[in-house]
Amino acid sequence: MQFSFTDEQDEFRRVLRRFLHDKSPPAEVRRLMETETGWEPGLWKELTQTLGLAGLHVPEEYGGQGFGFVELGIALEETGRVLLCAPYFASAVLATSAIMNAASHAQKLALLPGLAAGDSIATLAFAEPNGRWDSTGIELTATPAGGAFRLDGVKSFVLDGQRADLIVVAARSKGSTGDDGISFFTLAGDSPGLERRGLSTLDATRKLAHLEFSGARADLIGEPGGGAFALARTLDAAAIALASEMVGGAERVLETAVEYAKTRMQFGRPIGSFQAIKHKCAELVLEVEHAKSAAYAAASAAAENAEDLPALASLAKACASDAYLRAATDSIQIHGGVGFTWENDCHLYFKRAKSSEAFLGLPSEHRERFLQRSGI
Amino acid sequence: MSAITEEDVRSEAGAWLASHWSPELALSEWRRRLADSGWGCPSWPVEWHGRGLSLALGDVVQHEFNRVGALGIPQGPGPTLAGATLLEYASDEQKRRFLRPIITGEDTWCQLFSEPGSGSDLAGLTTRADLDDDGEFVVNGQKVWTTSAHHARYGMLLARSNWDVPKHRGITYFVIDMHQPGVVVRPLRQMNGHASFNEVFFTNARVSSANVIGGVGNGWAVALATLAHERRMNDVRRGAGPAATARGRVYDEYRAETASVMEPYKWYPQRAGRLDLVVERAQATGRDRDPVVRQAIAKLLILARTAEWTARRARAARLLGRPPGPEGSLGKLAASHIARACAEVHTLITGAAAMLARADAPLDGVIAEVLISVPAVSIAGGTDEIQRNIIGERVLGLPREPAEDVGKPFRDVPKNLAG
Repeated sequence: MQFSFTDEQDEFRRVLRRFLHDKSPPAEVRRLMETETGWEPGLWKELTQTLGLAGLHVPEEYGGQGFGFVELGIALEETGRVLLCAPYFASAVLATSAIMNAASHAQKLALLPGLAAGDSIATLAFAEPNGRWDSTGIELTATPAGGAFRLDGVKSFVLDGQRADLIVVAARSKGSTGDDGISFFTLAGDSPGLERRGLSTLDATRKLAHLEFSGARADLIGEPGGGAFALARTLDAAAIALASEMVGGAERVLETAVEYAKTRMQFGRPIGSFQAIKHKCAELVLEVEHAKSAAYAAASAAAENAEDLPALASLAKACASDAYLRAATDSIQIHGGVGFTWENDCHLYFKRAKSSEAFLGLPSEHRERFLQRSGI
Repeated sequence: MSAITEEDVRSEAGAWLASHWSPELALSEWRRRLADSGWGCPSWPVEWHGRGLSLALGDVVQHEFNRVGALGIPQGPGPTLAGATLLEYASDEQKRRFLRPIITGEDTWCQLFSEPGSGSDLAGLTTRADLDDDGEFVVNGQKVWTTSAHHARYGMLLARSNWDVPKHRGITYFVIDMHQPGVVVRPLRQMNGHASFNEVFFTNARVSSANVIGGVGNGWAVALATLAHERRMNDVRRGAGPAATARGRVYDEYRAETASVMEPYKWYPQRAGRLDLVVERAQATGRDRDPVVRQAIAKLLILARTAEWTARRARAARLLGRPPGPEGSLGKLAASHIARACAEVHTLITGAAAMLARADAPLDGVIAEVLISVPAVSIAGGTDEIQRNIIGERVLGLPREPAEDVGKPFRDVPKNLAG
């Protein structure tokens, strides 16, 4: 396991941080979150074509940069820090991981270069209104139809699902249950038989969609019925990526709270000189550093494809969720009244933290999974 | 420095061990060889029983020692606290007198810092050291929570030598001979029944001005060095002792030495919470099927894993020579959270039997001892509150709380009544 970043990785972080600091300031986040699409095509182009961010962990033979999960984790930490409004998580993490885990070589050759270059934006539709985050929650069915398949059912909580060019769908064969009969399919976002509706979200920087499939035609990727493992793998990767994104946000929130505690004067002194505030900040440092360690350990396990990857993915998701929410909540408390105003940025992070807590499964669910995956 | 590689150190240490180490040596003879060669304290300067190696190369040496089962210098406050402090602040004459017997184990040391009236506010200490007409200091007062005082030869003593200046400026750091009539050591019984520490009473005890370390009135700076080494010692993983199966005279003598030095610490595993027992006890009792208990166990295991990784991140940064990040200051506070969470989970698992002790309690009283020892973790070696101040002020740069005693002659500062 890797306990420090290399000089190259640190440099990558510095470059990216500077870039995102300039391109995604809070005012821009606020502007984009009010739009229906939620991102700016020009910035997406720069992120993908200048920085190569979308193909960071995609092998070079599929048009990517050929880096690993540690670099992807750094990228997400930095995008999480600035609440970047871009389809990065949907396309580069969810859809790309699903294709890398499920598709054949030829399908990867066909699908990944476009995603890695940012020319095409994809997402993964797997959860459904039942809100379960694994294969047991999948009810949408795929039926063979003239060399392709027809999809019938409903997907929900689909990240950037309303605007994605390409939808990767996890579906099951009729009559199958549990891990059996799970397959992945792709179809264009504007396919006939697919109705998309944007959902009102607690976190406006995270667009979610409700997708209704009534006989939409889709192409199979990978082996029919053998997708459960690929789905589990993809969700582990997503959990680790989300943990990285969350620790980036948590660290930023903590910095903001500390800056405020140093300058806000009450009773003739900065509030950060009071132990009630100082100790709250100190506990946050502990929790945020622990969450960073968890995210780094999990990313390192993913990079090495380690045996304990599933356990560490759940560990990191649970730990980072708790740390982010606590940091965001305490940051509002430290800011006092102004922290509850729309004008202050605290709520943007709080809402991202709250929404990320539920996304991919609550911390309590992941703690339970962590135990089971650790053989306890 | 850069000329010395890991491989150089490995082969040099290996060659030296091959010709000097033997399990049949007397422990005193082995320690003499360590002191003569510098391999016992590889990161100490060459002229003072060391080899002037970096911390990272010191680890390489430790690894070579472990590989052949060679023993190190004695454990305890002598080398780690007194030795390291003396290296930094003592005169050459003092180093000549004190350092070598520390490494050979002939002299053991104790730390005389805390007092009944000054715990977190160490600089508010009131043990006095008054210079008499013969140029000797006369010491009166009381120290507390002193480990190993009953068999220590020397004490690192902080005493107030000037009451007319602000508190930090009137303190002097002494090396005091513990074997004298003015020093009385008494065991101190704790809430868990053990008596691991001592109270030390000074009644006209005497200490020569030749034993002042770092100058009269400069004791606070020296004390900070000792405290920094104490924190570092807590961070550093102790080298594993010899395997129980290791045979030879030197191992037998080492085990006897360790048994005596480590006796006060035998409840420390319980104080830390006995994380190692949590899962097996939960499974043995069937409590691992209760979802509430499972959540508590998972939280605890995650906390412990992430704290361990955080410590390893800090260590990796140190070895790479990178500036310390916040992760380096967190271990103490994390250990405190872990211990408390352990006690909570052990209680959940144990249920009604958590009311029992000793032979009537689970594991012959071990769990009971956890429950009544854990409260020490968040106090000993700096309370959680002080740790949070340190993190808040030194890591985050938050302003200090205004203090009532700053800038006043210590004589005028309100104090606790003498104990």
